[in-house]
Amino acid sequence: MVSSVTIQTPEIRPERRKGHLSRAVRRLLRKKLAVISLLILIAVYTGGIFAAPLSPYDYTAQDYTAILQAPNADHWAGTDRTGRDVFTRVLYGVQNTVILTVIAMATGGLVLGVGLGLLSGYVGGKTDALIMRIGEVFSSFPDILLIIILAATLRPRIVNGVRWLEDNTFLDGLVRTGVVDYFVISIALVAFGWIGMARLVRGQILFLRTTQYIDAARAIGVSTKRILFRHLLPNAISPVVVTVTMGMGTLTGTEIVLSWLGLGIQPPRPSLGTMLLQAGNLSVLRETPWLLLAPGIAALLLVLAWNLLGDALNDVLNPRTR
Amino acid sequence: MWVYIVRRLLWLPIALAAVSIITFTLGTYGPGDPVTVMLGNRYEEETAERLRTELGLNRPFFVQYGDYMWGFIRGDFGESLTFRGRPVRELIAPKMWVSARLAFEGVVVSVSIGVPVGFWIAHRQGRWEDPMTVAVSVFFMSIPIMVTIPFLLWAFCLKLHWVPCSGWGGFFDARIIIPALTMGIPGVAGMARLMRASTLDVLGEDFIRTAKAKGLSDFRVSSHHVFQNAMIPIVTILTFALAGLIGGSFIVETILGIPGVGKFAVDSIFSRDYPVIMAITLLGAGAFILGNLAADLTYAFVDPRIRYR
Repeated sequence: MVSSVTIQTPEIRPERRKGHLSRAVRRLLRKKLAVISLLILIAVYTGGIFAAPLSPYDYTAQDYTAILQAPNADHWAGTDRTGRDVFTRVLYGVQNTVILTVIAMATGGLVLGVGLGLLSGYVGGKTDALIMRIGEVFSSFPDILLIIILAATLRPRIVNGVRWLEDNTFLDGLVRTGVVDYFVISIALVAFGWIGMARLVRGQILFLRTTQYIDAARAIGVSTKRILFRHLLPNAISPVVVTVTMGMGTLTGTEIVLSWLGLGIQPPRPSLGTMLLQAGNLSVLRETPWLLLAPGIAALLLVLAWNLLGDALNDVLNPRTR
Repeated sequence: MWVYIVRRLLWLPIALAAVSIITFTLGTYGPGDPVTVMLGNRYEEETAERLRTELGLNRPFFVQYGDYMWGFIRGDFGESLTFRGRPVRELIAPKMWVSARLAFEGVVVSVSIGVPVGFWIAHRQGRWEDPMTVAVSVFFMSIPIMVTIPFLLWAFCLKLHWVPCSGWGGFFDARIIIPALTMGIPGVAGMARLMRASTLDVLGEDFIRTAKAKGLSDFRVSSHHVFQNAMIPIVTILTFALAGLIGGSFIVETILGIPGVGKFAVDSIFSRDYPVIMAITLLGAGAFILGNLAADLTYAFVDPRIRYR
């Protein structure tokens, strides 16, 4: 005799499933420091991106009636030796830093780093070995030194190339707009930006590849593309988010060092590094401290906010290390 | 274990070959030419050509590269192009020694502040001191070095009159205080964070409960059981930091006028002094790879549970 048993299927609740990331965001917003850093970042980025409409003066405008003025109502951060408004120049400097670091992170860290990491981890074999060996060679360079070599040797070449382009086509003023400077620095920064990220993603993928749900997905014939971007990548995203956030602080620092050396954005366009170079001495600190403090505080805020945010994200997304 | 070490050591020449080819290519194919820099405004086509022949700069790329590398393997790093007739080795050795001592004091500063702070906040987990200390140390880490130095100079040299304002007088000279602080302070946050995490790990271990259960004093548990085990990752990191010693910090060296290898490297890049750049890059890369290996081995040594194959 077979007695039939009816199994009641539990009612599927229509409530939307809360994702890992949205839960993380809510936990993040409960941290005071994280919220403060987010606000700082939004403020500094808005200031940088909208430097042109926000700044009260032109960054090259010299006012010889107002030389080396301390901060006042007209010039919020004072004026420099030639009467240029420091606040305006800092805004434009932040703009350069912001554009460069975002470009370098998006191309080097995200596209190259995540892409190569996925490839390396999923394909494995010779591809994996090749990518990892190249990464090892690059990471064994004294990195800041190679970035400087790259920037110093590439710049004149690329400037020549672009000049040729200007002379032979109807594109004019490319060199003057600073496009070349952006290009050179981003290449130099990207050359090293991908390695850490690629290693991290690869490690995650190597681990996730052995999980049952990937076996299951493969067994029912899900395409490789779908497995990579729908099943593997979203599960490897937390450490990527943390690395990107912390990496932005470091990248900002590197960009400032490059322009400090004169390898970054060229004058007359202002950059935080150049301003810090000109103001980074004792006599400036004693006589006209705002020249050092204004770019210094801008740089500090950028780096600090990214670092603190990265710290908080690390706590929220990788609870294991708490 | 030995197989592992040998395999890692075999990687060294391969990596160095790759690093040297990249650097050499960038050096030779990069624009600007050491002869132009050397002659400056005394530049004449004829002299320049003679000088190039004399220095062997117009030989084919692979001949120049092969020649340089053959010398490098035998410990001869060539002659500097900027300082004519001075062997590179003789030029960089004293500068590396200066930078190494400087970086060492920087590491001492990071460790002696970071480790106690990290150990302390691990015991305050969840209270206000914990996030507060992390935030403060990250704040100090985020100040650009170019801003830190004028402030330290202002405090130590103008107001307190403890030290002269710049220069280098060796390891035990008061002038090392400012560069050591500048280089050490950014590392405090990392050290504190690492020490905090590893202390927390150890505090959760069973053997700590055992030690407490058998009636050891709190102090003994802290010093012998917690602290010593929590130091394992720190020791590993320190081995690794040794590799960074010869790199130098060009910002600190430039601003404070310290004759270190970092400033020399950057100067050489601008004057296209290839032999010097090559030597510094290769030594740096070699030190990095060996430091990595040393760190892994130290890890296995202090924590016998780890085995490499």
